[in-house]
Amino acid sequence: MSIRDMIRRLQLSMPIVCAALIGFAGTAAAEGALGEARPWQMYYQDAFSPVMKEIHEFHALLLVIITGIVLLVLGILAYIIVRFNSRRNPVPSKTAHNTLLEVAWTIVPVIILVVIAIPSLKLLYNSGRTPAYDMTLKVTGHQWYWSYNYPDHGDITFDSIPIPEADLKPGQPRLLSVDNPVVVPVGATVQVLVNSDDVIHNWAVPSLGLKKDATPGRLNETWFRADVPGVFYGMCSELCGVNHYFMPIEVHALSKTDFDAWVTKAKEQFASNSRSPVNMATSGAIAAR
Amino acid sequence: MAYGAAAAHDEHEHHPTGWKRWVYSTNHKDIGTMYIVLSMIAALVGGLMSWYIRLELADPGLQFIHDTQFYNVLVTAHGFIMVFFVVMPAMIGGFGNWFVPLMIGAPDMAFPRMNNISFWLTAAGFVLLILSALVGDGPGTGWTVYPPLSSIAYHPGPSVDFGILALHVAGAGSILGAINFIVTIFNMRAPGMTMHRMPLFVWSILVTAFLLLLALPVLAGALTMLLTDRNFGTHFYEVAGGGDPLLWQHLFWFFGHPEVYIIILPAFGIISQIVSTFSKKPIFGYLGMAYAMMAIGVVGFVVWAHHMFTTGIGVNTRAYFTVATLIIAVPTGIKIFSWLATMWGGSIDFKAPMLYAMGFIWLFVLGGVTGVVLANAGIDLSFHDTYYVVAHFHYVMAIAAIFAMFGAWYYWIGKMSGRQYPEGLAKLQFWVFFVGVNVLFFPQHFLGLAGMPRRIPDYPDVYAGWNMVSSIGAAITMVGTLMFFYVVFHTLMAGKKAAANPWGAGATTLEWTVPSPAPFHTHEEMPVIGGGGHAHGGHGQVKPAE
Repeated sequence: MSIRDMIRRLQLSMPIVCAALIGFAGTAAAEGALGEARPWQMYYQDAFSPVMKEIHEFHALLLVIITGIVLLVLGILAYIIVRFNSRRNPVPSKTAHNTLLEVAWTIVPVIILVVIAIPSLKLLYNSGRTPAYDMTLKVTGHQWYWSYNYPDHGDITFDSIPIPEADLKPGQPRLLSVDNPVVVPVGATVQVLVNSDDVIHNWAVPSLGLKKDATPGRLNETWFRADVPGVFYGMCSELCGVNHYFMPIEVHALSKTDFDAWVTKAKEQFASNSRSPVNMATSGAIAAR
Repeated sequence: MAYGAAAAHDEHEHHPTGWKRWVYSTNHKDIGTMYIVLSMIAALVGGLMSWYIRLELADPGLQFIHDTQFYNVLVTAHGFIMVFFVVMPAMIGGFGNWFVPLMIGAPDMAFPRMNNISFWLTAAGFVLLILSALVGDGPGTGWTVYPPLSSIAYHPGPSVDFGILALHVAGAGSILGAINFIVTIFNMRAPGMTMHRMPLFVWSILVTAFLLLLALPVLAGALTMLLTDRNFGTHFYEVAGGGDPLLWQHLFWFFGHPEVYIIILPAFGIISQIVSTFSKKPIFGYLGMAYAMMAIGVVGFVVWAHHMFTTGIGVNTRAYFTVATLIIAVPTGIKIFSWLATMWGGSIDFKAPMLYAMGFIWLFVLGGVTGVVLANAGIDLSFHDTYYVVAHFHYVMAIAAIFAMFGAWYYWIGKMSGRQYPEGLAKLQFWVFFVGVNVLFFPQHFLGLAGMPRRIPDYPDVYAGWNMVSSIGAAITMVGTLMFFYVVFHTLMAGKKAAANPWGAGATTLEWTVPSPAPFHTHEEMPVIGGGGHAHGGHGQVKPAE
C-alpha cells in the first residue's frame, strides 16, 4: 500500500463533521463541510477547493520522496553504527574518493528535483493565476479584524468582528468565530483582492488553499472556489500586533439560492456601510498618517 | 582561568593580568573564550524566553502571559538573541577565533586589535538588545521587523530603535570579524598549508566570512532606512509617502537568507572535523565538500524571495525562486552523503562529540527535506507562517547549530581548558537533549499541517494535544541544557587532565600538535605541512618527520 493510499484512507476515516452553524443573523442555518482542524490532527485539513485538492496531491508525492530520503539516511546511519564501530571494525579503510559514487549522489538528487519541480510549477501556475471568475470579493485587514466588500453585489460592505470567548454560542469555536462571516456561493470562482488598512496582515483559510498578504499600498489578488457548502475557518497569518492571535476568518459557502437570499438581506442590513472600493484601497494609508 | 598552568611553563607569556587581560585582549584564544562565554550567557537568556513561550503554549488560553505584546517581545528577542548572540558568537567568534589560527599554523589573527573591537561591539549589541526589551513596550515585531508594524505609528517609543542599534553595532562587529578571518586565512597559512589542504572547518569559516561581508551591509542599509523612517520623516517603507513595505522584505531577506547559511556553514565545518576524527578516516570527497560549501554560499544569495511567496510577488518570480531554492538541495545532499561515506568503512568511536555529529546529521536531513517541501511556492501557501515552518527552521538551522556547538565544545574543551569532560555524563546529556528536541519540534510539523499559525500566544482548542506534547519536549530539553551547564562546571572544576591529542590517530589537524591547554602563544615557529595533501586524503596534516 502506497503512502498516498494510506493518506486517502486516513482522510476517509475521518468523518466530515456536519456542524450546526450560525447562519446569517441567526436565521439561515447552513449545514455542510467543516474547514477546521480536529483534536490531535496530524495532517492537512480536508480540502474543499480545487487548489487545496491539488496541494493535497502534490504533498502526497512529496511525502513519499522525503520519507524515502529520511529512511535511506537513517538506514545507512544504523548500518554504520552496527558495522563500522571500532570493536567490529578495528582497522579503518583508507578510501577517501569514489568518482562514480560522487557523480551519482549529485545526479540522482537532480533527477528527484526535476520530478518535484514539474508538478510544483503546475500547482504554482494553477493557484497563482486567477481563472475566469464569477464574482469579486474585496478583503481589507485592520488591527484586528477583517472587513469585506462585494463590488458585484451592490457594494455590500461589512466588518467581521471576532467574537470574544464570553459571547460564544454553543458550536462556535474559540478564536475562530466572527459576528459577520464572509459568504460566498458554492461552485462560484471568486476573485479575492486583499489589502490592508494599517500593518501587514494575511488572509488565510487552510481548507480552501488560501493565503495572501494584506499589505498597505498593494492590491494582492488570489482566488478560490468552494466545492461544497460549509463553513471554513482561518486565522491571520502575518504577525500584526497584540491581537494577531485573535483575528479569525470565517467563510460560509451557501447554495446559489441561499446566497441570493443572503445578498438581499445583507444589502438591507449593511446599507449604511457602503463605500466605494477605490476609497477603501487608499483610505488606510491616509488614515495612518 | 585555565591558562594559569600554561603560564608556568612558558616564559614568553607576558600578557596583562586581571581584568586588563580580558578587556584589552588581542589574543585570539582569550577573545574566543570571551565569545563562548557571551554565547553561553545569551543562550541562557534566549533559552529561558523560549521555555516561557512553551509554558504559555502548553495549554490553550492565556495562563502566564496576559500582555500579548510581551509575548510578541519574547518571540522577537528569542529569535534575535539565538541568531546574533548565541550561534554567531559561539561558532564564528568562539570556535573560529580559537581554531582557525591553530589549524592553519598561524600565531594569531591578522588584526588582533580589530579582533578585540569585534568582540566588544558584539557584547555592546547584546546589551542594547536586552535594553530594547526593557524600555517602553518592547519590540513586538518578530525578528523580521516588518514595517509598517515596526514603524513609529505602530511601535512608538524607543524599543525598536534600540533593537535597530543593537543589530547595527553587532553587525559592525561581525563585518570586522569577517574581514579579519578572510585576511588571516588568505595570508597567514603556514608553509605547505595550501587552500586545498585547509581543514574543512577553516573552509567553512572562510565561506561564512564572505557571506557576512556581503550580507550584513545590506541589513545595515535597510536598518538605517528604517531608523530614518521612524525618526527623521523619510518614507522608504511608508506607503503614504511613496515608499513600499515590500522593499524592507526584499532587503531583509537578501540578508536573512545568507544569514541562515552563516549560522549553519560553520556547523558543517565542525561536523566534518568530528566525523573524520572519530571515524579515523580522512574526510570523503574533500574537494567536493569544500566546493559544496561555496556553492551553497553563492546560491544562498539568489533565493531570498522564497520567504516572500505570499506577499503578492508575481507568479513567474515565484517560479524562479522555487527552482533556485530546490537547487540548494544538491550541494547539501553532497555534504550529507560525504559524511556518511566518511563514516563508511571507519573504525568509529562513539564519544560524545561523535554522538552530536550523528545527531546533527539526523536533524539536518529531517529539517532539510521539509525545506525541499517549503521551496515549492505552490505548496508554500499551505505552510507559510505555520508551525511547519517553525519545525523546519528549528530542525535544519537552530537545533542543528546547537548540536554542532555542543559537539564542538566536547571535541575541543580539552584543548581549550586542559581538562577533559566526563564521558558518561556527556553521553547521558546528549541522549536527554536529543530526545527533548525531537519531542519538542517533531509534533510541530503536525500543528503546521493542521494549519496552526506561528507567533500566537493562544490557539484554537483543537491544537491543544500536540502543543502539550511539544511543551513536554521543551521541559526535557531544559533538563538536557541544565545538564550541559553542569558538565561545563564539572569539567572546569574537576575534569581529568587532557592530553595534547585525546582522540588518537583520527585527529590529524594542527591544533592537536600543541599542548593542552593550548599555550597563550602558539605556532611561534611556523609548522611545515606535508603528508601529501588532499590527493591522498591527508589535508592539513603535519609532516610525519616532525
